Amino acid sequence: MEKMENYDVAIIGAGVSGAATAYTLSRYELRIALLEKAADVGFGVSKANSGIVHAGFHYPLTTLKGRLEILGNLMFEKMQYELGFPFRRCGIVVAAFSEEEMKEVRKLYQRGLENHVPRIELCDRERMLHLEPKLSPEVTGGLYAPNGGVVEPYRYVFALTELAKLNGVELFTNCEIVRAERKNGLWELSDDSGRLFRAKYAVNAAGLYADEVSRIFGAEEFKIVPRKGEEFLLDRNSKAYPSKVIFPVPTGHSKGVLVIPTVEGTTMVGPTAEIVEDKQDTSTTRANFKQVFTLAKKMVPAVSERELITSFSGSRPSMAGEDFLIEPSKKVPGLIHAAGIQSPGLTASPAIGGYIRDLLKEQGLELREKTNVVRSLPPMPAVRNMSPEEADLLHKDDPAWTRIVCRCESVSEAEIVDAIRKGHTTLDGIKFYTRAGMGRCQGGFCSYRIIKLIARETGMTPEEVTRRGRTGTILRGRIGAEEKKNEN
Amino acid sequence: MKKHTRICIVCPAGCHLEILEDDNGEFTVSGNTCPRGKTYALNEMRDPRRVVTAVVPVNSEKTPYLPVKTDAPLPVPLIGRLLKKLYSMRLALPAKAGMVLIRDFEGTSVNVVLTRGAEEQER
Amino acid sequence: MKTENVDIAVIGAGAAGLSASSVCARAGLRTLVIDREETPGGVLLQCIHNGFGLHYFHEELTGPEYAERLLEKARAAGVEFRMESAVMKLRELGNEKELTVYSGADGVTIIHAKAVILAMGCRERSRGNLAIPGDRVAGVITAGLAQRFLNIDGFLPGSSAVIVGSGDIGLIMARRLTWCGIQVKAVVEILPYPSGLSRNIAQCLDDFHIPLRLSTTVTGIHGRDRVESIGIAPLVNGEPDLSREEIIPCDTVLFSVGLIPENELSRQCGVEINPSTNGAYVDGSLMTGVPGIFACGNVLHVHDLVDFVSEEAENCAANAVSYVKGGPPPMEKQLRASAADNLSYVVPNACRRGVTTRFYMRPKVLCRRAELLVKNGDGTVLLRKKLQYVKPAEMITADLPGETSAACPDTAELRFELRPEEEAKA
Repeated sequence: MEKMENYDVAIIGAGVSGAATAYTLSRYELRIALLEKAADVGFGVSKANSGIVHAGFHYPLTTLKGRLEILGNLMFEKMQYELGFPFRRCGIVVAAFSEEEMKEVRKLYQRGLENHVPRIELCDRERMLHLEPKLSPEVTGGLYAPNGGVVEPYRYVFALTELAKLNGVELFTNCEIVRAERKNGLWELSDDSGRLFRAKYAVNAAGLYADEVSRIFGAEEFKIVPRKGEEFLLDRNSKAYPSKVIFPVPTGHSKGVLVIPTVEGTTMVGPTAEIVEDKQDTSTTRANFKQVFTLAKKMVPAVSERELITSFSGSRPSMAGEDFLIEPSKKVPGLIHAAGIQSPGLTASPAIGGYIRDLLKEQGLELREKTNVVRSLPPMPAVRNMSPEEADLLHKDDPAWTRIVCRCESVSEAEIVDAIRKGHTTLDGIKFYTRAGMGRCQGGFCSYRIIKLIARETGMTPEEVTRRGRTGTILRGRIGAEEKKNEN
Repeated sequence: MKKHTRICIVCPAGCHLEILEDDNGEFTVSGNTCPRGKTYALNEMRDPRRVVTAVVPVNSEKTPYLPVKTDAPLPVPLIGRLLKKLYSMRLALPAKAGMVLIRDFEGTSVNVVLTRGAEEQER
Repeated sequence: MKTENVDIAVIGAGAAGLSASSVCARAGLRTLVIDREETPGGVLLQCIHNGFGLHYFHEELTGPEYAERLLEKARAAGVEFRMESAVMKLRELGNEKELTVYSGADGVTIIHAKAVILAMGCRERSRGNLAIPGDRVAGVITAGLAQRFLNIDGFLPGSSAVIVGSGDIGLIMARRLTWCGIQVKAVVEILPYPSGLSRNIAQCLDDFHIPLRLSTTVTGIHGRDRVESIGIAPLVNGEPDLSREEIIPCDTVLFSVGLIPENELSRQCGVEINPSTNGAYVDGSLMTGVPGIFACGNVLHVHDLVDFVSEEAENCAANAVSYVKGGPPPMEKQLRASAADNLSYVVPNACRRGVTTRFYMRPKVLCRRAELLVKNGDGTVLLRKKLQYVKPAEMITADLPGETSAACPDTAELRFELRPEEEAKA
């Protein structure tokens, strides 16, 4: 039997909720384990997130998600200051194209006023076109919320996790919890490779699998229904790049197909929203592609399929009730659920961390602030954000700073090696951490160099390197290996 | 009477050739626009051959494989054996382009030559 | 930060860059070739198959052999190489051009050049560009990347594959994979005819009994972490007929669906790009809209024969040499050249009167016999050329003699037309 580790809190799932909780708790004298089943953090729901920091006019304050969204939104500057992830408070507009739609917009505006959304504005057509020149001239009016913004969701999760780790949180990846037993007032958790963890409290932040994790704990029965969203990414040079996030008027369950100016300069259109059966379904479809582009072009005529560089999808963990379920289990002790965290989960996440901390405190967790907390992450230099003089200076200490591996996104070998040393050892992990492989050529020119760097730094053979873990290896053998084997 | 069709590979025109084989094993070729096409068609029936290009493993981390080619078309039935032999080789550096790696493969007088050279590893 | 002054900076050490730089150095100009790879040669180094140099060297060579010949010429001419270096920025600085180059060896170097030759080649169109539906799994790879892994490093991309796209790169890889023990189950092509040369259909598919599925599209790629199968369906009226969808089990999908000239740097310094070629608009001397910046090879328009790349590059270099030695050319009115019926583009987009100019173009149609006509704007036929075996996969060239263009009034516009005489057999 493997040695069991003792923790105060075990957080299951390292997406926005789990990572924000780990980050919040890491300031206290606590032993925290962050358990993630994928090969890297944020690889579940959070990876496919649209990256929008919502403004807070969609949901009433009677909902938990509405309240946490407002609080979370306000925390992003501080978080960015500490963590250094890419974030821009560019503003959100909701565009209406008919009087019918304007009626809906006025309702949103009302809600915005009730929710005290700062400086929210109801706009006529002139004002809308002035605020966002890329809008179709067919726009009739809309609303403007200057406090909305965009963030890189995976960089955000990476940063939360990194700072948490610097403050003592232990991260375990490739760690899927399959059994939980209550013994002597503690949870004994075992993962799929036989590792064992003991913790006083557990937080179920398992995204799409929160219902299964709840079952493993013998806790409440609920069902997470995956609602898939597909997103389409346009080239950096796209003329459709707007200055603000453009929303249509929402319908039913979905906020609609948006045109998003990502923090890094690409334009994203989407997401769709459809219930799917398989939680692991990350496929994209032709029908959705057509639908998304039709809707996006209606709002921004400059959107063009020709500029598509890639598409991806992810599922929202939707639940009956459509609100966040963040509360202690009533069935079993020592378990806090953080389930059904769909939109505005990312926006709310800084506040979710604090909310869960307070719930744990109510449950008896002693919170003693650490005396020497690492308050911020050291800045992560990126060649693409540097002047040539700065890059040249860094090169004097380490020539890898001016060895460019990903030409499309200007990523140096030094940044990639840093990512690998921080534990990002899959192609996708490095892609999301450094942007290498995310550009025009989609890894065509840099993949082989990245694979070699991973092999060099970790001792893996190139054939063992995966796209994002498990059996997804990129290369499947070497010429002459069979013949060599037959000789020996 | 048997009918065979082939696309001629001698030049970029890629003529569609039709070859009729009678009961005595005699061939009649049509569809070619030049005599080379007729020769190609007859060879395809009697003794099809192809130039083979491949890579051979090298004893070097920096240059683990180097490209090779046959200096003349090789009878098709022998290609599998040639590839197997090439993949089980371990070339030592330095090696120059043009160097003969295999001479007169299985008595066909076809040689395998290196098409790219490499120096000894410095590290 | 180091600063260097050169006469001509060539960006890219592939076939175009090597051919161009030799001409520049032989003319006595200080010529620097900058490239991100370790060894000069570009994609030629991974094209280990035959078929290169028939026109240029009158020999049938493999890619690496062709590259070596060009490299020998370049070295003999005194070309300087800056390998493992990336040009991060290109801009005009007065009359000169400034390149900001990053390399592990030298850090950041600023290069001032009197003229620049763009020879960056192409990137491959990826699965993402096409919005192919399905799962995002390992085992989806472009043909050129698979070729690099296989031929340079000996890595096998998988054990059973389906190839999407019947252009020559895809066909060559079908044979290559088969010779490495990988089972190629099918080549799928969206058009009703193959994009590559018939001889490649013969020696890469027929030889190995690999089925070619024409008018067929990919309906999806499936798998959890790695490809497990691919769905294909015939196209009917431009849409997939899902009732006839087939699922082919495989662990690798190779995409060979087109090349896109790498013009990021060109755009950065204001070079206008032609949407018909995705390469720069160039005048009769292959100079772009930015004076002193020239373009040749695949970055200008996608070639199929490397021999033409070398010719184009040498011509381009000769013009760049004249530019450097003689200063910017006098403002002359060049004759505009454009593609009309049945041609998708013509390069260059202009012609200097009195200078014999080679034009390159691609047909939009497939036909056994055709006639190329170059007409003056008023309908006068300036040139006729009879052609055989016309197909989009094969570039057409035509030389307009200097005397012909000299005789045209300077308001003349050259229109290139292709007239099919006989439809091709399907």
